[in-house]
Amino acid sequence: MSAVVFTPIASRPPPVSAQGPLAWIKRNFFDGWLNSLSTVVTVLVLLWVIPPLFGWSVLHAVFAPDNAACRAAHAHGACWGVVVEKGRLILFGRYPFEEQWRPMAACAILIALLVASCLRPFWKRWLAPLWLIVLAICYVLMRGGVFGLTPVETARWGGFPLTMALSVVSLAVAFPLAILVALGRSSKLPAIRAVCVLYVELIRGVPLISVLFMASFMFPLFMPQGTTIDVLLRVLVGMTLFAAAYLAEVVRGGLQALPKGQVEAAQALGLTYWQTTRKIVLPQALRLVVPAIVNSFISTFKDTSLVTIVSLYDLTGALQLALGDADWRKFFLEGQLFVAAVYFVFCFALSRYSRWVEGYLNTGMRRQ
Amino acid sequence: MAAPPKTRSWSWRSKAFRGVLYQVLVLGLVVAAAAYLFSNTLENMRVRGIKSGFDFITQPAGFAIGESVVPFDSSESYGKAFLVGLSNTFRVAIAGIVLATVIGTLVGIGRLSRNLLVRSLSGAYVDLLRNVPLLLQLFIWYFVLTEMLPPIEEALHPLPGLFFSKNGLQFPHPLWVPGHWGTLAGFVVGLIGVRGWARWVQARHDATGQAPMFWLPALAIVVLATAVGWLLGGAPTGFDVPEKTEINVVGGGAVTPEFLTVLLGLTIYTAAYIAEVVRAGIQSVPYGQHEASVSLGLSRAKELRLVQLPQALRVIIPPMTNQYLNLTKNSSLAVAVGYPDLVSISNTSLNQTGRAIECIAIVMACYLTLSLLTSALMNWYNRRAAIRER
Repeated sequence: MSAVVFTPIASRPPPVSAQGPLAWIKRNFFDGWLNSLSTVVTVLVLLWVIPPLFGWSVLHAVFAPDNAACRAAHAHGACWGVVVEKGRLILFGRYPFEEQWRPMAACAILIALLVASCLRPFWKRWLAPLWLIVLAICYVLMRGGVFGLTPVETARWGGFPLTMALSVVSLAVAFPLAILVALGRSSKLPAIRAVCVLYVELIRGVPLISVLFMASFMFPLFMPQGTTIDVLLRVLVGMTLFAAAYLAEVVRGGLQALPKGQVEAAQALGLTYWQTTRKIVLPQALRLVVPAIVNSFISTFKDTSLVTIVSLYDLTGALQLALGDADWRKFFLEGQLFVAAVYFVFCFALSRYSRWVEGYLNTGMRRQ
Repeated sequence: MAAPPKTRSWSWRSKAFRGVLYQVLVLGLVVAAAAYLFSNTLENMRVRGIKSGFDFITQPAGFAIGESVVPFDSSESYGKAFLVGLSNTFRVAIAGIVLATVIGTLVGIGRLSRNLLVRSLSGAYVDLLRNVPLLLQLFIWYFVLTEMLPPIEEALHPLPGLFFSKNGLQFPHPLWVPGHWGTLAGFVVGLIGVRGWARWVQARHDATGQAPMFWLPALAIVVLATAVGWLLGGAPTGFDVPEKTEINVVGGGAVTPEFLTVLLGLTIYTAAYIAEVVRAGIQSVPYGQHEASVSLGLSRAKELRLVQLPQALRVIIPPMTNQYLNLTKNSSLAVAVGYPDLVSISNTSLNQTGRAIECIAIVMACYLTLSLLTSALMNWYNRRAAIRER
């Protein structure tokens, strides 16, 4: 008796309607009447919007900084020449023209460090002092007055470096403050908790613009007779206080997400409050909220545009300044779109990074 | 074995003592800092001859306000000017909240669409709008609305009765006649009727376990009652329709380009955030819920209404309220395009009277009250909506 050998027949390929490009198209565009209707309507709208937009922004656009050509093309073509002509004024504001390599260098260093801080190999203890050193270097570069650099007072700082400096410095200072406030808010001591709650709720309840008005109108009154503080510093203090309140809530979220057993275990080991906080609580809590911190950075970066209203010339403000002259006034929109693109590139990259880091940090958690 | 005697020894190193010490230190620091700033402020104000106090509230403001819900005259008081500013803030905020909710919900659902085009366009909308500062967006809208639209002599006329130009939007609006009180009364009666209907539905559900459809009849009750009220009021149909003359458009209701800018900017910006809230809410309902409702034999409509929506809303409503609050706070950016909201009025008053502290305090107090009220409301809702666990 010979053994019956089981020889499976080859599995059949899936039906044509389930794979291949045709199926993909059906699944994504014509899956049911509602889906088909959406496709048709969307395509019609796109056909209506895209060609004129493309014509305006590319076909009929003027790319050379030629005012006459721009004026001729005004109604039907964009004038990107305005970006070429006014680009440096938009990016660097009123900073002396021949010294503009300095803010450029400062920005380059800051961005390089920012990118480095986003990468895993640089998450080391020396990163924090490095930030302090780099910020100091950037300040010296921008302010001048030493090493043969001509001094440039802060009132003339502007454009992208100012936007960058405001957001980086206010967040860097706000961060330790936020940790203290968050710890205070989850403390068992009623008076400390009350002070922290009051601060956070007070700041979060009012719009940033009123905090900035306070910084520019009321801070001078707060200082002792005879001292004057720089507008930039005042605005920086306002932005820091504002950012710290929001950041404190982010950190508190991390503190609350930490399992209670961690603190109990630390206490059982005989660690003091500060030891527990420094070695057990914060490392884990902060790790949980890294994505949220990046998001805070994005909103702070966008919020810096508000300093325009208290007459500092950041990126948004420098644009108003740059396009003030009558020749180029008409092409405000092109300038605005350029500035919007700068903000977008920066914020979009950060938001994608935030999403990546969320997944990256979660890998350890997912293991169990 | 007896329990060991409780030791109630007091020491410098006890936890309780340190707790008290820290609190005293922190409070002392805060009070000292406040006192220092306060004394500085008083000294500065004395030296610079700045008067303080809220007495300016009753003095005539001396400036006109471009647009307001209630008429405002420059001889009226600062207090009234602040109220007008507050009403303008509310006007743009409420309109913005309604529109942003509609657009945001559509985009949020669009992000989960099976249609690739709709999905990616919605995604692009969210990414684009959230990553550009609101202030810049407001400037762009303002430029588009005031520079790129035709002048009023050649106003765009997309629909009969609508005129759209550099001077804003003019639209027909119903003429106010006493007969409209009837309409209003009908509406109120309708609302009371809906309350009665809700009670009846609840009672029937409690008694028989059947749940009659609630929303459609409720809507019908309101519409019917309003229509009856309108008929009883003499069915007024008078509309004030804007008319185009050689050089102008007269009559009708009108909104300024500043209002439109702020409304459009806030709506479109906040809608992107609301879309994310809606998407997260919908995605938060586990798939098992869908399977469970299918196995119970619920229809798709009933599944959405009774299973999906209540659970999604529990996740959506708190962050949604947060977005509403953000929109209201962001309406303060109106000052940048010259829409006379609360902040802009306060700024003008500040420049005229020099009472910086008072003017900023009024603004902060207004927004703070609003925020605290909203968060109180939210806490109440959260307590009510929380899943009751064992």
